[in-house]
Amino acid sequence: MFKNIFVRSCVICGKIAQYYCIIHCTFEYVFDFILCSGPSMEPTLFSNDLVITEHISRNRKTIQKGDVVICLNPRKPGDLICKRVLAFEGDRVYVDDKNKYEWIPRGHVWLEGDNKENSIDSREYGPVPYALLRSRVVWKIWPMQHMGWMRYPGDC
Amino acid sequence: MMWRKVLVGTATLFIPVTITTLDLFGYVAKVEGASMQPVLNPDTEKRDYVYLNKWAAHSYRFERGEIVSLLSPFNPDQTLIKRIIGLEGDVIRPINCKEGSVTIPEGHCWVEGDHHKQSMDSNLFGPVSLALIVAKASHIVWPPHRWQRLKPIHPNLDRYIMQNHTTDDNLF
Repeated sequence: MFKNIFVRSCVICGKIAQYYCIIHCTFEYVFDFILCSGPSMEPTLFSNDLVITEHISRNRKTIQKGDVVICLNPRKPGDLICKRVLAFEGDRVYVDDKNKYEWIPRGHVWLEGDNKENSIDSREYGPVPYALLRSRVVWKIWPMQHMGWMRYPGDC
Repeated sequence: MMWRKVLVGTATLFIPVTITTLDLFGYVAKVEGASMQPVLNPDTEKRDYVYLNKWAAHSYRFERGEIVSLLSPFNPDQTLIKRIIGLEGDVIRPINCKEGSVTIPEGHCWVEGDHHKQSMDSNLFGPVSLALIVAKASHIVWPPHRWQRLKPIHPNLDRYIMQNHTTDDNLF
């Protein structure tokens, strides 16, 4: 009887571990859910919007200019930021005015929020390493009235 | 029927469990290059294998002198192994500058290889974000006679202009 309970609880723990691992792999390598917070991506995304992001184009390096991405915050490790990719390595970005520009170094991207007045982004901390990118926003799922695919210029 | 069972078992059990274990706890990696001599790869012909402890790096709390592995800021596919020299708030003079200094910004660190002449490190690309660090190198595991724990060696540089100790209590 006692042995029976022991065996059963071991089986249940094993199953829980197995499902944890499957979920971990899915969320780390395929897609995951992100709850946005903060005003920096208005009017594209608002605080408390729920989005689906995918990791495949980040890992295959097919992220394009104009994509909205989730990135590790270079200033606060462990935090995530949501910004739009505006430029890649080798591009030239104008900062402040039309005379001052900055070259994006190898392996870096330039990120900016859509809400230019209220966003802490590459304009403040400079180009961000591509290695810090995590995923690309593909679908808004909440709130209901904004549900749908993200529209990108590269899509047909 | 048997084949199907093996296939489903592999897809739902062995692959996810292996990947998750490697992601959470770490893995053993071969050290390439001479940038960490003499601690790693003292003999240029032979390669050391180190255990990269990912669990220890999850909190992003590091101290000066620890050996870490980080993604290269220049190439997301390349992993570097370096020693942490400076943390947020430190002021350091880069090795190739006679004068001048770099203040390490919030959430960043200064990494260098022990073998300065053969190392691509912060002296080239400047302070790096702690978010690029993926693991702490905690042990040399292969070859067997080289088995040892890698203890932090506190760098004693004359290039420190200031060390910021106000953030040290965050370590614990």
